[in-house]
Amino acid sequence: MAAPIEVTGSDSEAQPESVLEGMQGKKIQGRSLGQIAWMRLKRDKVALTGGGVVILLILIAIFGPFFVQDPLAYHQNLIDPTYSRPKDGIWHSGISAEHLLGVEPGTGRDMLARIVYGARISLLVSFLATLLSVILGTILGITAGYFGGWVDYLISRAMDAFLAFPLLLFAIALVGVVTDGSFGLSGNGLRVSVLVFVIGFFNWPYIGRIVRGQTLSLREREFVDAARSMGARNGYILFKEVLPNLVAPILVYSTLLIPTNILFEAALSFLGVGVIPPTPSWGGMLTLAVPLYATAPMYMIIPGMAIFITVLAFNLFGDGLRDALDPRAK
Amino acid sequence: MKLMRSISALAAGVLAAGALAACGGGDSDGSGEGPGFNAAVNEVANVSDKKGGTLRLASSDDWDSPDPGNQYYAFAQNFSRLYGRALTTFKPAAGKESLEVIPDLATGLGTPSNGSKTWTYKIRTGVKFSDGTTVTSKDVKYAVERSNFSKELQLGPKYFKQYLVDNEEPYKGPYDDDSEQGLESIETPDDQTIVFNLNEPFSEFDYLVAMSQTMPVPKAKDTGLKYETAIVSSGPYKVDSYQRGKQMTLSRNPHWDKNTDPIRKALPDKITVELKQNGDDIDQRLLSGDLEMDIAGVGVQAAAQPKVLAADQKPYVDNPVQGYLRYMALNQHVKPLDNVHCRRAVQYATDKVAAQTAYGGPLAGGDVATTVQPTNLESYQKFDLYPQQQAEGGGLDQATIAKAKQELQECGQPNGFSTKISARSDRDKEVAMAQAIQQALKKVGINASIVQYPAGDYFNKFVGVPDYVHEHGIGMILMAWAPDWPTGYGFLQQIVHGSAIKPSGGTNLSELDDSKINEALDNAISNTDKAARTKIYGEVDKMVMENASIVPLIYAKALLYRPANVTNVGITGGYGGMYDYLNMGVE
Repeated sequence: MAAPIEVTGSDSEAQPESVLEGMQGKKIQGRSLGQIAWMRLKRDKVALTGGGVVILLILIAIFGPFFVQDPLAYHQNLIDPTYSRPKDGIWHSGISAEHLLGVEPGTGRDMLARIVYGARISLLVSFLATLLSVILGTILGITAGYFGGWVDYLISRAMDAFLAFPLLLFAIALVGVVTDGSFGLSGNGLRVSVLVFVIGFFNWPYIGRIVRGQTLSLREREFVDAARSMGARNGYILFKEVLPNLVAPILVYSTLLIPTNILFEAALSFLGVGVIPPTPSWGGMLTLAVPLYATAPMYMIIPGMAIFITVLAFNLFGDGLRDALDPRAK
Repeated sequence: MKLMRSISALAAGVLAAGALAACGGGDSDGSGEGPGFNAAVNEVANVSDKKGGTLRLASSDDWDSPDPGNQYYAFAQNFSRLYGRALTTFKPAAGKESLEVIPDLATGLGTPSNGSKTWTYKIRTGVKFSDGTTVTSKDVKYAVERSNFSKELQLGPKYFKQYLVDNEEPYKGPYDDDSEQGLESIETPDDQTIVFNLNEPFSEFDYLVAMSQTMPVPKAKDTGLKYETAIVSSGPYKVDSYQRGKQMTLSRNPHWDKNTDPIRKALPDKITVELKQNGDDIDQRLLSGDLEMDIAGVGVQAAAQPKVLAADQKPYVDNPVQGYLRYMALNQHVKPLDNVHCRRAVQYATDKVAAQTAYGGPLAGGDVATTVQPTNLESYQKFDLYPQQQAEGGGLDQATIAKAKQELQECGQPNGFSTKISARSDRDKEVAMAQAIQQALKKVGINASIVQYPAGDYFNKFVGVPDYVHEHGIGMILMAWAPDWPTGYGFLQQIVHGSAIKPSGGTNLSELDDSKINEALDNAISNTDKAARTKIYGEVDKMVMENASIVPLIYAKALLYRPANVTNVGITGGYGGMYDYLNMGVE
């Protein structure tokens, strides 16, 4: 027991456990993929800032409307009738203590309130549309990739067809065709549903292709073979073996799809096929601002900045998330 | 009604106006001592007989067609008189005087007979086409036949088809029916005489023949739809080239004889029109002197408003009433607006100042309206059955709101009601107006939800279809109306006469079918006494307002810019309150 090589009183006793100890005496632990990703993400300040802004925007969209003025109330007295633009403030935007982002030309409605309510529509539509794309894309992508053969052929060609679709034109036409009262929906409920459908339904191939590609390589892996050799049914393999390995890419591409959808919603609103006035939307505000760019420039800048910041935040966060989850994809 | 299409096209133009236009200031060689603000509204400004030079025009849009037989836009009707001569035309003047119809190709106004059902015109002798051939009454007859009865030329109005007696076997126009006699109800007993036989008395026929559709077209040179690129001129200028979406150039017609034409000055040597130009760019060029006129005549873009209203430019600006009304029709068959008291409640509660501000304010939008007929018509009478007062700080005052509530009480809807208000989705200002009205009505408990339809189908598929309106409960319908000819009949008949209710494409959106109003209008149009007609139109206006089925919103106005070097500029009421192009020149 008392061996000459033994050094007592030392911290660095050579014990079997010491192999698992790091330099500073910390224990080396087995980490899950999620933990590793979170560690990487924590180091990426840009992505964290993006994520913070995203969370802030979501909070604003949910709770903001309780704190701002009525976005529909007119303040006619703040409008100069000759040019129907705000009387004063920076570049005729009516910015004051009462109206922090100024008021809308022609009506005097509070811009801050309209931006906050507009965030609701933008985020609601883009989240729901992304969700729809992800559900469709995952189901169809995984089916195509796993089963292969004619199923793959059929779904892949469908993806090609959907990607070739003139989406914007279709959206404009659809809003004209789907009149008020269709599908038992009316007003903004109908418009939001149509927007979600158009944006979500036609974007699924982007997710679908990625999921299909990943599934193609996953189904040849040993653990899938093992499960199959042990008699697991297709359903089990798809949901218990393949799907968990797809969560990372799906998460990344959803985060990157959201800003695309925000822009698309703004574009549709800009073209007059978004939500129905007087409900505020960012794209709708931009439409009204275009002819006034010289007389009331802030009216264009403010919703433009709102879209810019939101899209940028989502993109930075999404990029960071991708780097964290799959550093090789860089 | 189709004149409104020009406005739709231009509204789109406003939208498309890119933000790329240069931001430089509008420096001008004007010293700020021009003829003055509104100088060309009631009289012609910069009167001159100086010939020569090039008149440079531009448009953010294009013609519907420059073919006189296939056009409807007001500016097109105004401009085509430079290369065509209709039987009559509007006097080249400004203000009320410009509403007067005077003979052009004809030697005098029409001679009515047979109780205003037969109209005879004599054509001037010695008038020649640009190819040197002599103009005869048969060329006029042919022009009316091709423009109204052929299936090829569809863009112009069809009044002649409506009012002329048809052949026993319906006449199909000169392209499908090559018989010698053509339409039998237009007689040409000799080369100088033309007789129109109408199916009902129509005392304002002189206004109809002032349309470009009576400009003579030689049958031998007609190429149908392609004629727009090979127009044979009968006016002082001939069309050298026309390229759709690009440009048009005109030069003097050597065969035009001043002796046959007492009204045209024909000053510039050359006229050019650039098409599909950026609206903001047009304004910049007007201000810098690179351009003489925006041919569309609907005013400068919002971006240029502060510039043209600055002290140094204001003397070169006119702000005329354009002769059309923006209004809200209240449908007689949508509950509870079938009750006159509910309609009157809406009359009081519709904040017209808010609607005006939403549409661009008093200068670019227009004056607050209280009558159906706009102020520039001779038959306009000033009255206000539903006076409104503004509260301090905006919005209607308590007394006005109390009156609206009182009417709601009488209607049996003391707490207000719910209905829908329609607007054209591609017209932002109209949608903004709908929102302003929605907001104002809310104060008396009337909840109006906004429904939008594309302008192209507004009348054909939606609000002009009574079944659709009833089924969807659209009680309030926003609309703008310009008359095809500037009289009370031209203005009122299509929007308040029972016969203008159609299964589809109707323009009587209130579905007003009051026997007294119908009768008054029918009596007026068969009356040859102009003064008597004018009086009746004023009375009809009052009857409509008592019925409260039209809420007049604004008498449309525009800010028009006339550069200092342009001569003979006057606002013509005959063509929707734009500058008269007939005698315009450059210095």
